[in-house]
Amino acid sequence: MPKLSVTHFEAALLFAIFSSIVLGIVSKKTDHDRVRYGLRCFGYFCIALFAVGWIMYLGHG
Amino acid sequence: MANASASTDAAAPVRSWIPVVALAWLVPGGGHFLLRRYGRGGLLLLSVASMFLLGLMMRGPMFQPQGGDLLTVIIYYGGFLGDLASGLFYLLSVWLGYNQPDVAGHVHDYGAKFLVAAGLLNVLAMVDAYEIAIGKKD
Repeated sequence: MPKLSVTHFEAALLFAIFSSIVLGIVSKKTDHDRVRYGLRCFGYFCIALFAVGWIMYLGHG
Repeated sequence: MANASASTDAAAPVRSWIPVVALAWLVPGGGHFLLRRYGRGGLLLLSVASMFLLGLMMRGPMFQPQGGDLLTVIIYYGGFLGDLASGLFYLLSVWLGYNQPDVAGHVHDYGAKFLVAAGLLNVLAMVDAYEIAIGKKD
């Protein structure tokens, strides 16, 4: 099996994609709502990713 | 006539949830396939399988149950249960000899988290299949 090397950003993005798909599927009742909720979750993941990244960068000194 | 129809609907048998949840654990998305939700089952299978395979490709170590102080017990038993929740993917990788030691490095660390997260996403899929099987959800 090939060995994969990813950056922090890539790993977090991959995590966000697959988690958002599952959260969208299991959380809502119609396909339209599922797609919307999945995209919204992905957006929240990305916002949190950048926010926490900047907090850590600024907090590190 | 209308009453007869309504009583038939109310008495419609709800599928037993045990085989659904068991299959959902063993094969991610399998419970949805059994309940004829092929599209959702396929997406769940794709997501959990991708997450698990990425974890393996990052050479993430599997958690083994380990005693010690409370935090160690929670982390290692919780991690083990998370790994185990991936079902057949976990069983196959262990049977085929996957045994990555816990070494330093952020990629290995992410790999371990991806493996556990795949199992936790499968738990969500199992709960969803259970709710469909008992008729709580469509």
